This record gives sequence, C-alpha cells and structure tokens, in this order.
Amino acid sequence: MADLKKMKGELQSKIALREKSDKPEGRVQVKVAMATCGIASGAKEVMEYMVDEMDKRNIDAIVTQTGCMGYCYAEPTIEVNLPGHEPLVFGYVDIKKADEIIEKYIRNQELVEGIIPMNYQTIEKNK
Amino acid sequence: MKDLALHIMDIAQNSITAGAKTIRVEVEEDTAANVFLIRVEDDGCGMSPREVEKATDPYYTSRTTRKVGLGIPLFRQHAEQAGGYLQIRSSRGKGTAVEAMFRHDHIDRQELGDMGGVVTLLMGGNPEIRFCYRHVRDKKEFLIDTREIGEAIEGVPLSEPGVIRYVREMIREQLKEIQAI
Repeated sequence: MADLKKMKGELQSKIALREKSDKPEGRVQVKVAMATCGIASGAKEVMEYMVDEMDKRNIDAIVTQTGCMGYCYAEPTIEVNLPGHEPLVFGYVDIKKADEIIEKYIRNQELVEGIIPMNYQTIEKNK
Repeated sequence: MKDLALHIMDIAQNSITAGAKTIRVEVEEDTAANVFLIRVEDDGCGMSPREVEKATDPYYTSRTTRKVGLGIPLFRQHAEQAGGYLQIRSSRGKGTAVEAMFRHDHIDRQELGDMGGVVTLLMGGNPEIRFCYRHVRDKKEFLIDTREIGEAIEGVPLSEPGVIRYVREMIREQLKEIQAI
C-alpha cells in the first residue's frame, strides 16, 4: 500500500497530461464481452492485453467489460467505440487480432476483418 | 473453463449483472481436511427460490440474448467431478452466495489459475464495485480490498493501467507467500 501511495503522484501527472491532450472529443472505449462464453474462449487474456497495450502504446483508452451480446460462436468479441464513430463489434479476437485492431482500426480508422454487423441500419429503420 | 480463477470471474459477472455494490471472493484451502472451497458472495438483487433451483439447469437463463446459461452448471460439474458440490444461497433483495467445494488432492480439481489477473480485471472494469478477495491456505491468509486501494491512490481511478499492473503483481506475490501458488 505504501508503494501505491508513492505511485499516486506519478499517475496523477500522467492523467493530467492526458486530459490536456489534443483530443477533447473523448477517449477510445473498448468493451470486452465477459460472459461464460467469452471467458471460456480467452476473453481474459484479450482484456489484459488490451489494458496493457493501450497504455504501452500511449493510446488514451478505457477498457471495460460487458456481458454476452449473443455472439457466443464468435467469442472472444470486443466492441470498439472510437469518438465520433459508430461502435463496431469484432469477433474471434485473439492477441494477434487485438494487435491488428489497435494498430489499424484504433490508430488509423482502417477497417479490419472480423466485424460482426450488429448495429447496421436498415432502410425501414431510417424512415 | 481452464481453471478456477476463470470460474470465479464468470460467477462474479453474475454478481455484477445483479447490481451488486460489494462482491466478496473467498478461497479457503485446507490441505489437512482435503478441502478447496470457493465462495462468491454479493449484495445484488438476489434470486427467488425457483430461480435458485433453476440456476444449475443449463437450459435456464434469465437473459434474452440466448437460450442457455452455462456458467453455474459448468462450475457445478467441475466441483462434482472433483468430489465436491455447488451450493447457492440467495434471497430476493439481499444478495446471493455461490459456494463450490472441491477435494483438494483430487486429480480432476482444476488449478487455481491467475487470481491476480482476474481480480484486477474485475476491479478495473468495474471501479464502482468494491471487491474483497480473501485467500486462506491452512493457517496463512491474505486479504485485498479494492476500497482500501482506492483510498490509497485517492483520485486516481482503479481502471488506470499502472494501478492494475501494481495490484496484479501484489496479489501474485501474496499468493506465493502463503504458498497458494
């Protein structure tokens, strides 16, 4: 606990720095599906990787958990919410895929394979 | 599920869905009595006696996204395979406690797994929930309470990767110290 208190100052300055950064529109949000199906397929490793790598690569992101979205066949699944974009759900995410999503989609908004079309809009809905 | 830590993570997700404010995870290893006990207790919405009865049925779920609910049935299966049992105590509005017992030396008892990773992911993913993790092995024990961590780092969120990494290592070291891993 004493070490944690020592770390506090360092972490606080890091957060302050981040808040002053040039992206006021918000942080990248990643939700990892963590129900039975997700956990059994390796969601824990994917979430750990996401938390660690976003930090290492200096991407301002918040990684949280969500329940089963009904895509048990495609687990582990993650939802990525880039500020100003529609949320996207990716399936069959392993460490390699997670790396690709970070580098291509989160960094450069380049689409990568493995998107589950869950929130597409139909013409009827748009009317 | 590959190990017990993943089962714990899975059961804790149920507590989160139940709207718990505090989730207590207890692991008690008693090698002399040959008992390995896991308890996940929450103060969430609880279940009716009928729901408790159905919870171990794989074809029952309270969700609408799919037709099966395998978390508790799988946990029960693993406990029973290792000479143990799974028990649920719950009351509406008060909370739920899931307890699973395994024979400690049973060849089919799964390994503990990465509790450091599991507890910190739960903590980081749900900073508003208080997690208490207590692990007892024979006479030695260790306890971690995310409220205390939150107080120590006042203002810094529990989802901060630096905090997660530190607490993860701390749990791993403590478990080594009490010889649980």
